[in-house]
This record gives sequence, C-alpha cells and structure tokens, in this order.
Amino acid sequence: MEQQQETVLAFRGLTRRFGGVVALNQFNMELTNRQIVGLIGPNGSGKTTSFNVLTGIYAANGGSIEFLGQDITSWPAQKVYEAGVARTFQRSRLCLELSIFDNIMIGNHKRLNHGIMFNVFQRKALQKQITENHEEARKLLQIFNPALADKMFEPVGTLRMIDRRRIEICRALISHPRLLLLDEPSAGMTHEETRELMEDILEVREMIDGLSIILVEHEMGMIERVTDKCIVLNFGQKICEGAYRDVASDKLVQEAYLGGE
Amino acid sequence: MTQSLKDKLVILLLAALGTAFMVTFIAIEEQTEIFALLLVAAALIVAAAKFGVIKAISQCLSRNEKLMNGAVIAAVLVVVFWFREDHFPLLMIATVMMYVIACFGLNMQFGYTGVVNFAGAAFFGIGCYTAAVLGDTSVPLLMVIALGGIAAAIIGSILIIPVLRTRGHYAAVVTIAFGLLFRTFLEVNDTLGGPQGLRVPGMNLFGWDFNSNIEISENIELSFYMNYVILALIMVILAFVLMRRIERSWIGLNFDAVRLDETAAACFGIDIKRWKITAFTLGNFLAGTAGALYAMMLGFIAPSNFAFSDSLILVSIVLLGGMGSLWGTILAAGLVVLLPEKLQAIQEYRFLIYAIVMILILLFRPQGILPRGLRAYIPGWRG
Repeated sequence: MEQQQETVLAFRGLTRRFGGVVALNQFNMELTNRQIVGLIGPNGSGKTTSFNVLTGIYAANGGSIEFLGQDITSWPAQKVYEAGVARTFQRSRLCLELSIFDNIMIGNHKRLNHGIMFNVFQRKALQKQITENHEEARKLLQIFNPALADKMFEPVGTLRMIDRRRIEICRALISHPRLLLLDEPSAGMTHEETRELMEDILEVREMIDGLSIILVEHEMGMIERVTDKCIVLNFGQKICEGAYRDVASDKLVQEAYLGGE
Repeated sequence: MTQSLKDKLVILLLAALGTAFMVTFIAIEEQTEIFALLLVAAALIVAAAKFGVIKAISQCLSRNEKLMNGAVIAAVLVVVFWFREDHFPLLMIATVMMYVIACFGLNMQFGYTGVVNFAGAAFFGIGCYTAAVLGDTSVPLLMVIALGGIAAAIIGSILIIPVLRTRGHYAAVVTIAFGLLFRTFLEVNDTLGGPQGLRVPGMNLFGWDFNSNIEISENIELSFYMNYVILALIMVILAFVLMRRIERSWIGLNFDAVRLDETAAACFGIDIKRWKITAFTLGNFLAGTAGALYAMMLGFIAPSNFAFSDSLILVSIVLLGGMGSLWGTILAAGLVVLLPEKLQAIQEYRFLIYAIVMILILLFRPQGILPRGLRAYIPGWRG
C-alpha cells in the first residue's frame, strides 16, 4: 500500500510565458504511482505546453518540477527521458520513411550501446543486441496489434492513423518509463478506433508495473473511462481537479467549455 | 532450377553486361558512337523498368548482397586490367573512385544526418595540401593519407559551432563561406605556393614507386596509374564498409532520427550535437583521405582545384545518386566524372547540363537515381 501512494511527479507553481501570453500560470499538480490523470481544457489552455515544459522542450519561467524525488525543472529533454519520462506527440512525430522497428528503437535509445567501436567493429555483439531488441519490440507490438508485429520492416508512412498512434505509444513504452505522457492519442481517429486505443491503454497499465500516465484528451468518453482523476486547465490556470464525474458537473468547468451563460 | 542458382546466374550475367558496357564506353572515342551507346543503354533501362525487370533484379540483388559486392569488385578489376597500359582511362577510373570516397563523406553528413556541407571541395583540398606538405618529409606515405583525413577533420572542427547553431539555408551559407575562405587563404599564402600551387611527391610504398610504370616483362609494361587505381579501389572498399556498418547500426539510426525530427529525437535521449559532430567529422575525414591520394596521383595541386563549383559537383553527385544511397553515389560519381570527359561536345556546357539535370532530378525524382532503401540491419534477416 505504501508503494501505491508514492509521488511520481509534482508541479509546484509551474509557470511558462510566451511574450505577453501566460501559457501556464502557477500550475500545481501531483501524480502518484500507477495513477492515470486526465488533463483537459479548451484549446490553448496549456495542456501541451505543460508536456513541453515537463519534457524539457521549453524552459519553465517559474516554479519547479519534481520527478521521483529529483528536481528536473531545468533538465534538457535527453536527461528527462533518461530519468524515465516518455511521450507521444499531438501531431504524430514518427519518422515516416523509417521502418516500424527503427521508430520503436529510437524510443529505446537509453538501453542501446552507442559506442563507435561497438557499432562498427563488434558486429556479432551488435547483431545480438539487434535481435534481442527486435524480439522485445515484437512482444510489445503484439499487445497492440499482432498484425504490426509481423511487418516490422515496413515503412511507417504506409500505415493507418491508429497503427501509427500505436507505434508512437510503443516507441514511448519500449524503454520501460515510469511516466507516460499521451498527447491527444485519439486525434484524427474514428470512434471505433478511439475505443480500441482506450482498451490498449488500459491493458498497458495492467501489464507494466509502476507506470503512471498523464493523458491530454478532448474525447470525454475516453477521459471518463480511463482516468483516475482529472485536472481542468483554462488560460493556463488549473480551475478544477477531481474525479471525472465531479469535474464534469463543476460550474466553472462548464463555463470554460461552453462559454458560460 | 533453384532460386539461388537462378540468382547467381542473373548476377553473373549482369556483371558481364556491366563490364562489357564499361569497357566499350571507356574505349570508344567517336562522339556519335558514344551517343548511340548511351541511347541504347537508356532505352534498355527504360524498357527493363517498364516490364518490371528492374524490380525483380533489385530484389535478386538484395537477396545476394555479398555475391553482388564481389561481382562488382571483379567487374571493376576486369575493366581496370583491360586498360592496363592506357594512362587516360585509368586516370579517369581512379578519379571516379576518389570522388566516390569524398561523396561518401558528404553522404554521412547530409545524406544520413542532414548536416549540410557546401565546402566538400575545401575538405578534399585540405587532404591534398596535407599530402603536398608532408610528402617530402619522412612520414610514411600511407600514413600521410590518414593524416590528410585527420587534418580535414580537425580543421572542420572550426566549423562545428556555426554548423550546430544554424540550420537549413543558414548552415549552407556558413559552409559556403568557409569554402571561399579556404580558397582565398591558399591563394594568398606563399608557404603553400600561393595561386601557383604545390608539387606533390607520388606515393611510395616500401620502396615501390607508384609514379613509374610497372614493367612485368620486356613486352608488358603497365601504366603507373594502375598503382593508384588499386590503392583507390581498396580505399573505396574500406570506406564502403565503414559507411554500411554505420548505416546498419544504432549510430545510423541516431543519424536518421537527427535528420528527420530533432525535437522528437531529443525527447528520446538522442544527443543531437554529439551525432552531428560525429557525422561531420567522419565525413570530413573521408573527404580528406580521398584528397591526399588524389594529390599524390596528380603530382600537382593549385587553389583553383578547390573552387565553390567543385563543392557543388560533390553535392550534386550525392543528390543525383540519392541521399544516403551508397550505390547511388557510386553510379552518380561515374556519370558526373566520366560523361563530360567522354562527350567532348558537351564539355563546355557541362555546368549548364548539370544544372538542368539537377533541377529535373529534384522535380521528378527527389529520392535520386538509386534511392536508399529501408535499413536492413542484418542482410536477409527480417525478424
């Protein structure tokens, strides 16, 4: 039970400005082990910005980020990833001309040997590492879509949107992160596909021990089904936090979404 | 007949055809005959593409990579020995090979990693001048080739900061400026010969003088260029192996990730700077080694050999062949170096023709003549 309550991530007064626009304003949040938190809010409310600040793409203008007990506020993107944070992007950022296997291995960076001597001269050892990681990627893909596992040497550009999303999630999961950030996974997908993806996410959480997830999503059905708690942002500020049912009936939230009375 | 036997026969046939074509192409001198030969070759290729033969052939070749590599080396050796006594054809073949090595270097930089370099000729030139300066000292000449590469890599590191800070057009301008500076520096520098240039001593391996003809018996005397062709071939093979091994490793994957999406790459721990520096340095090293050997072969170098237009030729070879495609680079280097030499008629218009061909390629076949395929980490293995 002790393990369950461990804080994985904490934002304290996190602020980010773009010129005169305050994209994140004094944002506080906490995420515990194995929790799935939904981040919702109208367009431009700071959801993706919070991901970009957390992963080190943007620097914070104020406040701090604590991940697994370490202050990671000013860490570069590479170091944040090494610490165990992996993400997907709002607009899919796969390398379309590379194969499925290549794309997943990009996410596996910290577990591969990148020494020049190793890669150029120790070919036997390198090939062993390649086949082992291929097997692991195949197992991971099978959870999402067994058909993908059989065509790992085909370019990602030929795949349907939902399969590309799945590969993005696999790319994030292959390195065994502690925190997974999903930025609008249902964007550009049909209802049926969104439902499939939701099942995938729930299955992933069951399978991978100690994984917490933050989900940015507009599809409220998904938020309701998947998340343990919701945080609503509006103009960079947190306006509400709680279980989906409570948040959905909150007056402020309804105003933010529907424009009020 | 089994599949593998069929494959072997196909490769043998292709190698024979290719050898025959190369020998004929280099041997004939009548302009109309050369045009006719090129037209026939072009017609054959178009017809083969139309009937799906090209696709079948490329599948067959990728199934038998080792055999294909061996067949190409054998074909080159046959062509080289065919012209064993003729200086000019051998000089052309050796020149193609040195361009191939330099363009492999550029391929590492912008074909793999997306780091533009419009100063290819300058790095080639650094290799040349290293050979000129060190040639008369007691440094072993084989070492001088390596030192030419190392000098190019070290001088290239001056450019690393601007190359890392800029992208796209700006990075292009930075390298163009470096190329121009390099040439101007040579022209005003008297210790390096100024505009007149420098004499470069020929290669000499353990007392084997590369610059004198090889007398085998009283009637057989091989052109001294044979020495350079063979050494260049060995260097091309080594460079090819290096390029292939890097491509088919995690380093090649990092290069691709940096080229295709720097933000996503950074979010998965890929150190953008580290891989750009690695590619830039290794690429300059390759260009420098090619330059050192080239200078020894020509025996004389001057700043005018390293103009901006020469850098453009190197870039156009990479684009023409296909970014990141090794066989494409080899084919394109052959075309770009040999065609103007053979077709005297077009020689004066060569830059005009380059420009037109480049525009056509970029418009209609941006992936190049022989596009690079997906990475096959282990040949023949698909998991």
